[in-house]
Amino acid sequence: MSTPVAHGSIRRRLLLSLLASAAVLAIVVYFVVQSVARQVAQESQDNVLTASALSILDSARLSGGEISIDLPYSALSMLDSISDERVFYAIRLENEFLSGYADLPEAKENGAVSPAYLSAMFLGEEVRVATVRRRMSTDTGRSFLKVTVAQTLSGQKQTLARISRTSMGIGAGFFLVWVLLAALISRSTIRPLDRLTSSVSRRGPKDLRPVAAPVPSEMVPLVASLNSFMRRLQQSLMRSEDFIAEAAHRVRTPLAVVRTKAEVAQRKSDDPETRKALREMIRAIDDSSRTAGQLLDHAMVTFRLDHLAREEISLHRLVHDTVERMRPTSELKDVTLEATEVETAVIKGDPILVQNALHNLLDNAVKYSPSGAEILVALTTTDDGATISVNDTGPGFQTDELDELPKRFARGANTQDIVGSGLGLTIAKEVVEAHGGTLHITNNPGGGACVSLLFPSS
Amino acid sequence: MRFLLIEDNEQLAEAVVDRLMLDGHVVDHAPDIQTGHDFTATTSYDLILLDIMLPDGDGRTFLARHRKQEESTPVIVLTARSEVADRVGLLDLGADDYMVKPIDFSELEARCRAVMRRRGGAAQNLLTLGNLRFDSLSGTLKLPDQDIQLRTRELRLFEVLANAPGQVFSKSTLVDRLFSYDEDVTENAIEVYIGRLRRHLEASTVKITTIRGLGYKLEVA
Repeated sequence: MSTPVAHGSIRRRLLLSLLASAAVLAIVVYFVVQSVARQVAQESQDNVLTASALSILDSARLSGGEISIDLPYSALSMLDSISDERVFYAIRLENEFLSGYADLPEAKENGAVSPAYLSAMFLGEEVRVATVRRRMSTDTGRSFLKVTVAQTLSGQKQTLARISRTSMGIGAGFFLVWVLLAALISRSTIRPLDRLTSSVSRRGPKDLRPVAAPVPSEMVPLVASLNSFMRRLQQSLMRSEDFIAEAAHRVRTPLAVVRTKAEVAQRKSDDPETRKALREMIRAIDDSSRTAGQLLDHAMVTFRLDHLAREEISLHRLVHDTVERMRPTSELKDVTLEATEVETAVIKGDPILVQNALHNLLDNAVKYSPSGAEILVALTTTDDGATISVNDTGPGFQTDELDELPKRFARGANTQDIVGSGLGLTIAKEVVEAHGGTLHITNNPGGGACVSLLFPSS
Repeated sequence: MRFLLIEDNEQLAEAVVDRLMLDGHVVDHAPDIQTGHDFTATTSYDLILLDIMLPDGDGRTFLARHRKQEESTPVIVLTARSEVADRVGLLDLGADDYMVKPIDFSELEARCRAVMRRRGGAAQNLLTLGNLRFDSLSGTLKLPDQDIQLRTRELRLFEVLANAPGQVFSKSTLVDRLFSYDEDVTENAIEVYIGRLRRHLEASTVKITTIRGLGYKLEVA
């Protein structure tokens, strides 16, 4: 049987697509968390900057046309409290610089909106800038007092890095948990397939019943076609069984008529030539009916080998029965057939096949033994298994053909004028090998052949 | 012996009847199961030859009813099917033996003998010739002072001669009766067996004489 070529794996594909989607999700989560964190950090910094700027602005007093600002301590300390940031400020009246860092950039108000914010570079550092303003009436008329407060971002950057590390950890953890879940999901998705596979492969060789166990709806078409395939297979098996029986019947009955009539005619005839011709006819008929019989036997054996039964066989009984059944044929030829040493042995297999194999060996032995010869059948057991051996005192096999003999239609060199098709040893060999055993052919030292079937202990 | 042949193929039945009659047997032929039962109800047979595929049913049904009626007549089934499973089932159903068509009649004879022997043969098989008694089932010659066990071919040769004392059998007839068709034997092979039988018969009043140019016959002094 050939192993089907695997192309891809459903489980792997399912697992990979689950993992890929989980990875995308984890990356998205990471970026979302990071951008939200950045936004939240910026907003809170902006609020503090605004509050600080406003408190400076609130302390501005107009006294006698002069603006005096008493920089409140709290205004800058609230910024300090965030972290070790450097803080800068600038107070301007319109475009006239009043106090602080003259170079500090100003967040341009956006229309009437106050406060305004800006991210900029100042003294080589990234800073966040907030500017608030208030309209003041001075000597020069009404003008805007603008307070700008700025803070470096290094602390915020550290916080953001921490948040980013945490969110990366969350993403990785999420991914790991998902890997486990995906493995479970893919396995449970595949499980009905595994169950179907094991329920089909666990079946006995002759079990061609349809699969009845419930399966997921996606698998129903597969199981339906599997069932229909098995039904067709069973029908075709039954047909071939019938065919073998029918062919045997059709071939043998007319052969029987011809043979019997030829035998009657031969017995009635006194003419030596006619008698000789009829004798040859009968032998030809025997030859063809034996060949037909063994071909059909072989077909039957092949059929049964494909569906090897596993029954318990009492080998000793089988040996005894087969020998008894063969005895009249051997007596006809004045050949002694005895089951000598028969031990008790039980193997598992197809009794009909084993009987057929032994029958073929005995048939061969009787056929090729000269009148007066002896055939001894033995059944012995060892730890390795049971051995049925058939020893004869016939001509034996030629040593150079021992390997060739069990091949289909091979006949020994010393079998002239003996009816036979050469399938007997082939059948015996195929049967014993199907049962895990071996067939051995040897010549006995004292002359004659020994054919043995070794069945391993199950 | 008296045979009943249950076989639906007319040609085959006719040939088998002819063939068995050549050996001096009496054969009735029934073409179907019902006729077979009719025959067994009125006549007692030594052996029934039963085909399996019959027009009014399976030969197994005949077997089953035959055994149910406690008929003791042995049955040999003639089957055309090669399924060993079938044959094994037949033996379980009470057939005494089975043969696959085409039938080798010398094998049939051997199987009949085996069946009779298994059935523990009756005394009617004891034939008395002069001071000799012959048990054809066990194949023994009982002489006043000894029993001689014959080998199969000697037994069959003696049986042929002793069933018709005084009748001359040609060598070719004896070859036909003794050897199967797949053996290559010359008519001289018969002389070997005649020689052996003569040695066994030395102490008896039974003699095998040679009729030159014609064959052999058995004489009782």
